[in-house]
Amino acid sequence: MNKYYLNYLDELESEAIFILREVWAQFQNPVILFSGGKDSILVTHLAKKAFYPAKVPFPLMHVDTGHNFPETINFRDDLVQKLGAQLIVGSVQKSIDEGRVAEEKGKNATRNALQITTLLDTIEEHKIDCAIGGGRRDEEKARAKERFFSHRDDFGQWDPKNQRPELWNLLNGKHFEGEHFRAFPISNWTEMDVWNYLLRKEIEIPSLYIAHEREVVWRNGSWIPNSEYLQLGEQEQVVKKKVRFRTLGDITITGGIESDADTMEKIVEEVSTMRQTERGNRSDDKRSETAMEDRKKEGYF
Amino acid sequence: MKIDKNQLLRFTTAGSVDDGKSTLIGRLLYDSKSIFEDQLSSVESTSKKKGIEGVDLALFTDGLKDEREQGITIDVAYRYFTTPKRKFIIADTPGHIQYTRNMVTGASTANAAVILIDARHGVIEQTKRHTFIASLLNIPHIIVCINKMDLVDYKEEVYNDIVSQFEEFASKLLIQDIAFVPISALVGDNVVNRSENMKWYQGSPLLRLLETLHISSDINKIDSRFPVQTVLRPQKEGFIDYRGYAGRIASGIYRVGDEVAVLPSGFTSKIKSMNAGEHEVDEAFAPMSVAMTLEDDIDISRGDMIVRKNNQPEALQEFDVMLCWLSAESAKPRAKYVIMHTSNEKKAMIKEVVYKMNVNTFERDGDDTSLNMNDIARVKIRTTHRLLVDSYRENRNTGSLILIDDQTKDTVAAGMIL
Repeated sequence: MNKYYLNYLDELESEAIFILREVWAQFQNPVILFSGGKDSILVTHLAKKAFYPAKVPFPLMHVDTGHNFPETINFRDDLVQKLGAQLIVGSVQKSIDEGRVAEEKGKNATRNALQITTLLDTIEEHKIDCAIGGGRRDEEKARAKERFFSHRDDFGQWDPKNQRPELWNLLNGKHFEGEHFRAFPISNWTEMDVWNYLLRKEIEIPSLYIAHEREVVWRNGSWIPNSEYLQLGEQEQVVKKKVRFRTLGDITITGGIESDADTMEKIVEEVSTMRQTERGNRSDDKRSETAMEDRKKEGYF
Repeated sequence: MKIDKNQLLRFTTAGSVDDGKSTLIGRLLYDSKSIFEDQLSSVESTSKKKGIEGVDLALFTDGLKDEREQGITIDVAYRYFTTPKRKFIIADTPGHIQYTRNMVTGASTANAAVILIDARHGVIEQTKRHTFIASLLNIPHIIVCINKMDLVDYKEEVYNDIVSQFEEFASKLLIQDIAFVPISALVGDNVVNRSENMKWYQGSPLLRLLETLHISSDINKIDSRFPVQTVLRPQKEGFIDYRGYAGRIASGIYRVGDEVAVLPSGFTSKIKSMNAGEHEVDEAFAPMSVAMTLEDDIDISRGDMIVRKNNQPEALQEFDVMLCWLSAESAKPRAKYVIMHTSNEKKAMIKEVVYKMNVNTFERDGDDTSLNMNDIARVKIRTTHRLLVDSYRENRNTGSLILIDDQTKDTVAAGMIL
């Protein structure tokens, strides 16, 4: 083997940087969808590399369900300040207050699906023509069919059966006014790749990913964090556990796992032996066999 | 973890459900321990509902609602698995003729194509079509899996017959590297683990082949081509005069101090510095994403190409292309399309359809000049400005292009420069 080859992580990095630069070159008003989760942190980090020594040219856009882990919001604000980037917040609470959407009812109510309206409204309000996301194809079967440049019609909808073919490294971002694109620079990364990369490059992530003591409730096969937004069922009990989260979303639906992995090395070790998919702890995906596909068609992340 | 030594291999699988393609992919994922428990339990319960005993491996590659309902693959789906030796990306493409365009899409970035043959049927039309497309897209390695060997009693003669049938028709095509493996995806023979049932087979199981294919040479490292994607101008302290040309090296190797020419202007200069992210590097090669600065102040923008002074692509306004028509809307005679080639974008016209390929018989038809979805044809293209091109056989990245319909904004065709 000669020295002129890249290891797979470096190749994935190079591919992601290429896509981020294409977004910048082809669109007028692109943003990074930033949730505070590890995938959007990774995308933001890659954007830093792609445009160095210039600063990240994209604003960060956060769709705020109002049900946040406080750690996520602090992390977001710190990062925005460090990057000197603009922050755009789309508020689900505001969408509810304005009557654009109605809160779900019942014990398993979440604001997950409500985010779609807020997301699309914010995209329209700020005339965003490309929203860069941290979606990965290994996450879910509907995501396995995503393109790097994914077209959305003027209702923000995804038509999985009528996607533009994407060949070689030629990305077609052409669109009519009012339509927008989603771009997925880390499409080809797996959960393991993300963790290995975060470890190797010593990228800072919210403390929630690292094992810590927390008040939790056992629900739908995982530990849901106790918070002011959680409605407890009759049988449910709040207990203290050492947990960490594999994905970060709305605090009311993001389940943690019991873990002693309190360093990045231990997390990578733990993830490599994990026998459940990371979204297995997300009750938003468990609602039905096609929960993700249905939401994506409507304009979800 | 030996990440530093592990490369990425992209491969495409061609074949239909009947050939056992989904089962093969399921088997690769399952035996390489890339299936999670919750995926397994969901597949187990679906298998049970369908009245299948055990696990229906094909269900691991189940996709969209319509695909599940109809039991077919419509679109390219990407699957991932990692072994201690490599990371793999599978472009899982449907095999039916009406999805030729998806196969072309999946093949466009592949290092290898895995072509499936049902041992009971041997080489059929579909096999020829898949192999033709793999050769047309110049996939560096082809692995032919002769599947369902369990249904022909693992007979060596059956395997040998199919190998010679295949070699006979493949000799008419340009293929760099072919390997054959007798397998049973259902039972697991020679997929990940060596078969106990076919001791006569001396070669490696499929996964071992995929792990050891020599892929470092798949990217052209001779002809240095650097298409500029965007120009970085930080205009901040310490970088006031910095003008970085950002892009992904399409082919070849660059070093600081190299004498380069900037095309199409033709001005020459030397590479002053190169950055990969925040790190300065002395040397960079394809497929690295870098930012370059030059010694001289030259006007350079997106679409320009930085190459070595003594090794340049051709600057052509008219050239021949093998075109695969991707759109349901047929080509309009003498209509103008947008052509995307590297980071460049110009207007183009299909001047002439020279001939159409019959993808099943490899015959050329010079009389039919219409271009409909899934057609593959040799055409003459004329562009409004010169493009900096190499032949696709020499250079996949600077020899490929797409056509976009300006009215619908859709990608309508994919082309390989001859």
